[in-house]
Parts: sequence; structure tokens; C-alpha cells
Amino acid sequence: MSIVEAILLTIVTASTPLLIAALGELVTERSGVLNLGVEGMMAMGAACGFAGAILFDSTLLGVLCGILAGGLTAALFAFAVLGLAANQVASGLALTIFGLGLSGLIGAPFIGARRDPITHLHIPGLTDLPLVGRLFFGQDAFVYASLLLCLGVGWFLFRTRKGLLLRAVGENQTSAHSLGLPVLRVRLLAILFGGACAGLAGAYLSLVYTRFWSPGMTSGRGWIAVALVVFAAWRPDWALFGAYLFGAATVLQLHAQAAAIGIPSQALSALPYLATIVALVVLSLGRRRDTGAPGSLGAPFVPDR
Amino acid sequence: MKRLFTHLLATAALALVAGSASAQDKLKVGFIYVGPVGDHGWSYQHDVGRKAIEEALGDKVETSYVESVPEADSERAIEQLARTGHKLIFTTSFGFMEPTLKVARKYPDVKFEHATGIKRADNVSTYAAKFHEGRYVIGQIAAKMSKTGVIGYVGAYPIPEVVSGINAYFLGAQSVRPDIKIKVVWANSWYDPGKEADAAKALLDQGVDVMAQHTDSPAPLQAAEARGLFGFGQASDMIRFAPKTQLTAIVDNWNDYYVARTKAVLDGTWKSEDTWGGLDSGMVKMAPYTNMPDDVKKMAEETEEAIRTGKLNPFKCPVLKQDGSEVECQGGTALSDEQVLGMNFYVKGIEDKLPQ
Repeated sequence: MSIVEAILLTIVTASTPLLIAALGELVTERSGVLNLGVEGMMAMGAACGFAGAILFDSTLLGVLCGILAGGLTAALFAFAVLGLAANQVASGLALTIFGLGLSGLIGAPFIGARRDPITHLHIPGLTDLPLVGRLFFGQDAFVYASLLLCLGVGWFLFRTRKGLLLRAVGENQTSAHSLGLPVLRVRLLAILFGGACAGLAGAYLSLVYTRFWSPGMTSGRGWIAVALVVFAAWRPDWALFGAYLFGAATVLQLHAQAAAIGIPSQALSALPYLATIVALVVLSLGRRRDTGAPGSLGAPFVPDR
Repeated sequence: MKRLFTHLLATAALALVAGSASAQDKLKVGFIYVGPVGDHGWSYQHDVGRKAIEEALGDKVETSYVESVPEADSERAIEQLARTGHKLIFTTSFGFMEPTLKVARKYPDVKFEHATGIKRADNVSTYAAKFHEGRYVIGQIAAKMSKTGVIGYVGAYPIPEVVSGINAYFLGAQSVRPDIKIKVVWANSWYDPGKEADAAKALLDQGVDVMAQHTDSPAPLQAAEARGLFGFGQASDMIRFAPKTQLTAIVDNWNDYYVARTKAVLDGTWKSEDTWGGLDSGMVKMAPYTNMPDDVKKMAEETEEAIRTGKLNPFKCPVLKQDGSEVECQGGTALSDEQVLGMNFYVKGIEDKLPQ
């Protein structure tokens, strides 16, 4: 395996959880709801995904537990911001704290347990191709799922009636409501979808990325996912680009260190963030004033007001 | 923003600790941890020490702890423990130094124990372990086990404690294989399993075939396992994470020290001291030597014994810096403790540049 191939493979692993979580948050925000609790939902997904995988001795069931846990955590958020019309920023922050804390409690009995690596796709002939074989035909199921998810979200948002409905709700909740669109129901589903994605991303962390669970292992990846949505101007294709750009910068700086190229490690560590900011500036220059943010993003909705 | 949350979490945890305060006749012993007790490493081992106190002294003591306390905001957590009747408080990270001293001035009748610190007061002791002794041993093992002749190291931050570990590891490796090469990657974090794994993968991709780390999670060890290569555990025995990969682990063993210091408070013999224990006092222990041929195991055991009995010092003079200049030998036949504790240079043979 050449070094280029090895680097590319690591980049895919590092980018996948970011992409999955960002896609979920993207759909939530497109419906006009800002959920800052991604980190907490991800932590829940990591803990419950790992716990499920150990208890049922099945990675698949573990993943389902992770998705479910993310969705349930998101349901709490939905109750607060939709049911009670609570402030979305405050509720999201509370959700992060809650998720990190509860996941610590749930995961505690599983500290010290480990899982075996999951199987990767292997197509004789194709997977053994030099350079591109492992990259395209030798990944784990999560990677393919994340790419399908990206296509699916893009197709749903821009090619289906329901997607149009969701965007309409996010763009102008009052108009949507006066047209008789079910604003709250659309948002509920969007929030649950975002939670499920965050849960899936969390399960990826504890089941594939590092095959053990430990408290706080999300280490801020949920926040990066939130930032990626802004970076991507609420577009799934740009989210894909952003997630891989960030993943690539993270991995490349580690390789640069290992190769001893003589740039201080602190500067290299800042590189992923720097790259993101530069890309953001370049993109926003191209876009002029329109950031692509949904018009009703973050505004609470009370039907009779 | 992340710091704010950990901070809020710590406050919440603190409220729980304070809520459980009762039983005035028992000696209350408090602990402040920088990470979660479930980190499998640094904080975990301190918590093992806390449990050892409970086991050894039973109903004479009552212990409590606050985990994941950010270093920058530890003062309130420490003061809270002091205010709720804890008479002996262990603060277990270098960054807790100033807050510990500050709270100690306000509560002169409370005894403080600060891990890896360098400043003491009448009621503040410091203690640390000579991890570099263990690193010399694993360096020798790494050099013997490596086929590529390149060994790797994931470091947290370029601070003296970590740098002296890298040097000891490399000197150990060099002592059995003069042409050995080392590659170092800094994670710039004590605890981020995902990043630690990526750092390890980067090293393995570049030809490293034995992995060592000075971060807190078993992720680098697991990365080595995924490639069928070798690695070492850090802070605690991590064999359960990689049964076929871990060669040994450097285990921080605070149990004896914690029990002794708690007893001293109970007996009224506690004094402010500085303790720097190594393999000789059992504060540093080696996990069983596994997954290696008998001759390598024998060599490791002999080296461990030689360091324990004082026949061998990892930093025996002459120690050469990267440019070949000799480090002044302030400790007689080896570098002095101060020189090791303040080490800010790589030894000769490491080709990387130390971030300053």
C-alpha cells in the first residue's frame, strides 16, 4: 500500500462522522430550526451504539441503538423548541450538556470493553486495484452509507415535493403556515432526522474510528459539524466538500509532523481550522451577500401568534 | 465554547459532591481529576489510588472526587472541596498548581497534594513519578521488536514531562540498536481518542512498526493492533484493548503513596514534602511483558531490575543534544532531577525538531 493510498484512506475515516452529522444538522436547519445539541446527540449515539453492540454482540444492532439514542435525544429538543416554543440556542446548548452527561452515565459500565474491527467491502479484482482499489471498493458500510446519505439529502431537498415543503417551512414559517403547511410536523421530522444522523455519527466513532468507548470521546466533532453546515451554505454537496477538506487538513498535518518537515506542530494543528476559514472567505466572496441561510432559521414558531 | 460546557458539567458534579457531605468524624479526602475517570489512563489510575485508600483505611475515611475539571477553572472546584470539610485534597494535574496554592493559603488547616507540581507550601506537598524510567525499558523492547528500524511516538504537548519521556524512550532504543530512527507526532491534546488514532495511523503509514504514546487513551495502541503491529500501554495496563499487540505498559501506581499520605494525616505526621518515585518505590510499574520472544523479555526484565537497583540511569552522562553538544552533568554521574524535570531539548539521533 502506497503512502498516498494510506493517507487517503485515513482521510475518509476522519471525514465520515463529520459528514454524517453535518448532513443531519443541515436538514434540521433547512426546516428553520437551529439545533446546537449535535455534540450531545453524538455523544449519546457513541455511548448507546457501543453499549448496544456489546449487549447484543452485533455491530448492526449497536448502530441502530446509536441512531435511536440520537433520535430520542433530539425528541427532547423538539419537545422544548416546538412544543414549548423555547429559545433554540439555549435549548441546543442545554442538549449538549445533557447528552454529554447522560452518555457518561450510560457508558460507564462499558468502560474497558472493546469491539473487533468491522468488515470492509471486498470485491475480488476491484478492491485489489492499485491506489484506487481500497479507496473506492474497500471501505466500511458507514462510508458508503454517508455518501448515499449525501446524495439522498440533496435529491430530497431539491428534487422532491416534500423537500420543497421543508425548505418553504424553513424559509418563511408564517407564509408556510398561512398556506396550510404543517410547520411543526415538518420541523419535528427534520429534528428527529438530525438526531438520528448525529447518533449514527457517534456510533461510528465508538464502533469504527476507535473501537472502545470513553467519556467525551466526541471531542468537539459535533461543533465542527454545526460549523460545516454554515460553511456549506446549507448545501449537501458543499457539506461533502467541507467535511473532506476538514478531514484532509487534520490528517495531512499529522503526516507533515511525522515526516518532520520542520513546521511547528502547533501551527500545523491550527491548519484544519485555518483552511476552513480561508475556504469560507473565498466562498462567501463568490456568493456576495447571500449566505444561503434559511430565512426563519432560529425563530420560534407559535401558530396562533 | 467547549470549555464552558465542561466547566458547567464540573459545577454540576460539584453540587453532587457537596450534597453528599456528612459524617464529620471521618477524615474526608477529596480528589480533583483533569479528565474523566473512564479515560483508561491518567485519571483512571488516580481513581484506582482513591479506591485503594478506601480499601486500606475503611471507615476511617470518606473519599469523593470531581472529574473533568478544566485546569483554567479549577480553583472553585478545589475550594469547594476545602469548604465542604475535606482535610486532604489531591489535585492531579500540572495545571492545577497555582489554583491549589491559592486555595491552600486560604485553608491552612487543609493538607494539599499536587501531582507533577514544582511549587510547595507548608500545607502543599508535591509528588510525581519517574515515568522516563519505564520509557527507557520500552525503548529497548521497541528497538528489538522493530523490523523497519523506525519506531513511533504520539506526544500530547511538547512539555518537559513528555520530552524527557521521548528522550528516555529513544536512548533506550539506541542502547540496543544504534541506527534506530524515531518519528514523533504531537496530538496537541491529552485526550482525543479520534485524533490520537489518526496520529498513530499517520506514523504507521510512514513506516513505523512499533507504537508508543504519551496521551491518555488506548487509541494509538489499537491503531497498531489493526495493522498487526506492536505497541505499549500508557498509564494503565491496556492489555484488554489489544491482547496481541501490547508488549507491556508503564503503569502509574499511586496506591501506596495515597494510602501512606492519608495515614500520615490520620496520625498527625503529615509534612510538606516532595516525592519523586520510580521503579524502585513501585510508583512506576511495568505491566507483564507479553507478545515478545524470551530473549527480549529477559533483556527488559534485566533493564527494569538495573534501573530499580540504581545500577542504570536512563540519563547517565554524557547526554548529547541534537547538535552533538554535551549537556552539563549536574547530578554527578547522571543528569540531576531538575534537569530531567525541565528538559526542553531532544537528544542526539532524533531527527525531528522539537516545537518550542
